[in-house]
Amino acid sequence: MLQQAFNGLVGGAFYALLALGLSVIFGMLRVVNFAHGSFYMLGAFGAYVLLDSLGLNFWVALVAVPLLLGAAGVLVERVFVRRLTRLDPLYGFLFTFGLALILQDAVKHRYGVQSQPYPRPSALSGSLDLGLFDYPAYQVFVLALSLLTCAATWLILTRTRVGTIVRAATERPELTRALGIDVGRWVAPVFGFGVALAGLAGVLAAPMRAVNPLMGADLIITVFAVVVIGGLGSIFGSVAAGFAIGLITALGNLYVPALSQTLVFVVMAAVLLWRPAGLFGREEAAL
Amino acid sequence: MILSRLTARPIPLITGLLIALALPWAIYPPVALDIACWALFAAAVDLLLGHTGLLPFGHAAFWGGSAYVTGLISLHAGLPFPVAVLGGAATAALLALPIGYLSARLRGIYFAMVTLAFAQVVYFAVNQWRGLTGGENGLQGIPRHFFGLDLSDPFFFYYAGLPLVLAGLFAAWRITRSPFGRVLTAVRDNPARAQALGYPVARYKLLAFVLSAGLSGLAGGLFAIGHGFASLDDVYWTTSGQVVMMVVLGGIGTLWGGALGAALIVELNDYLATAGFQEIGLVTGTIFVIIVLVFRRGLWGTVHDLLPTSAPHRTPRRPASEGA
Repeated sequence: MLQQAFNGLVGGAFYALLALGLSVIFGMLRVVNFAHGSFYMLGAFGAYVLLDSLGLNFWVALVAVPLLLGAAGVLVERVFVRRLTRLDPLYGFLFTFGLALILQDAVKHRYGVQSQPYPRPSALSGSLDLGLFDYPAYQVFVLALSLLTCAATWLILTRTRVGTIVRAATERPELTRALGIDVGRWVAPVFGFGVALAGLAGVLAAPMRAVNPLMGADLIITVFAVVVIGGLGSIFGSVAAGFAIGLITALGNLYVPALSQTLVFVVMAAVLLWRPAGLFGREEAAL
Repeated sequence: MILSRLTARPIPLITGLLIALALPWAIYPPVALDIACWALFAAAVDLLLGHTGLLPFGHAAFWGGSAYVTGLISLHAGLPFPVAVLGGAATAALLALPIGYLSARLRGIYFAMVTLAFAQVVYFAVNQWRGLTGGENGLQGIPRHFFGLDLSDPFFFYYAGLPLVLAGLFAAWRITRSPFGRVLTAVRDNPARAQALGYPVARYKLLAFVLSAGLSGLAGGLFAIGHGFASLDDVYWTTSGQVVMMVVLGGIGTLWGGALGAALIVELNDYLATAGFQEIGLVTGTIFVIIVLVFRRGLWGTVHDLLPTSAPHRTPRRPASEGA
């Protein structure tokens, strides 16, 4: 039971990282990034390729892959997404949907649909004694790093000048511009940052989950439900909902295994009935 | 009145009918039926996307849900196929009630995400309920009962199924031209104002959602009969995405543009599959991205603009600042 709860938190760590990236991007750009799951998948493949063809280990991948994907995200924003930001937000969603199809099938074309193996880093191959039970060290590491990343993002947003600008631009873009702050300059870096978070989640997933082109496809829909529950654009809501849904799914798996995949959507339906804008969202979502 | 409206523009109407009738002579009949089904599906989605201003990203639930129900009715009750298809469509409309009730309260991008999420529930349900749905294998060997007539030839079956598609398309067209459809347009363009004028916006959205789901079910049911099977692909989110792609490719809010988009995507899929190219998303995704970036009016909208005699085409979606 306790161990299952811990599994849930580790699963939630992935939801939280992905939901956080989605929310940061949505806050600044009003774009729901459908390709987020594909960037997560690319993160895992990036780690695999670095190891397989360049012999670079997990720790290098952990730093290099999010940086590379973040740069790719900046490029995608500058070249494509920027053209759509003045339009209805649905066009951004549709564009990233097309992008997701391209990325997913491009990787499928190159590597096929079978899963690629990725070993755990040797330093984390053992298990840790957590007092109540032994737990794989790698999973503890994933949970810790995810919490650390969420906390760091929170600190950047609340304690730095850049964060203040981003928050201001999220709340009142026109007013921020009127105050002489070049909001446009920060849009691409924020998109890149969100993509980098997805990439980080992907690298972390590589040793734990199957590395294959479809790994992000179903996950992203669950993450959509997570951000709807937490409140789209709410940083705290996304992270909290991520961990909560991880826990609920894991415990649900224990008691009603047939429903475990569906549980998150049941929670979403309940939240929508009660608070259409999500638990921590602002009311703009509703009619 | 309906008749006068229909005959007011006889040439496009007759052209459309002739194309529909001639299709199985020009191309492989099973592909022709696919195009007809997807065209109706696209029109049903355009009812929401183009005419109500909602992007449904979970319509696979209704297309696929109906495919399974239609298949089950045909397999177990042995009823004529139009009855089975109507049963599937009715079930889809019924399924749309709770989903629509929960999602029609939301707008814009939230609506898209939530409908996608609910469709995933339907997918999981179909996948888990193996005893009824066959799980990964799907429903196979769905018969085409029709009062003892032999419809096994896809060429004849196309003509047997076409009336259902045409009836569905006519219904979609009528809805957009009705007073109800005008209210939907008002809901699309200015929900707050429509509400202030006394129209219960959420209820209008819900009704549009249910109607759209029913028409999608009509298309999905016929598709299942045409192929003789219903599979998990029918309820998967890629199907939801593909129909939206057809609508955007044809032109949002044009209703008939979706048929054009359907024809192109179905033909392209067929061509690539025959050529042995598996990663269709690479091609369709690229086309879609280009359309969204450059030709947002879609094919129909772009062509329509070029015709000198045509009335000025309404922009399907203004560059909204609402919600932004």
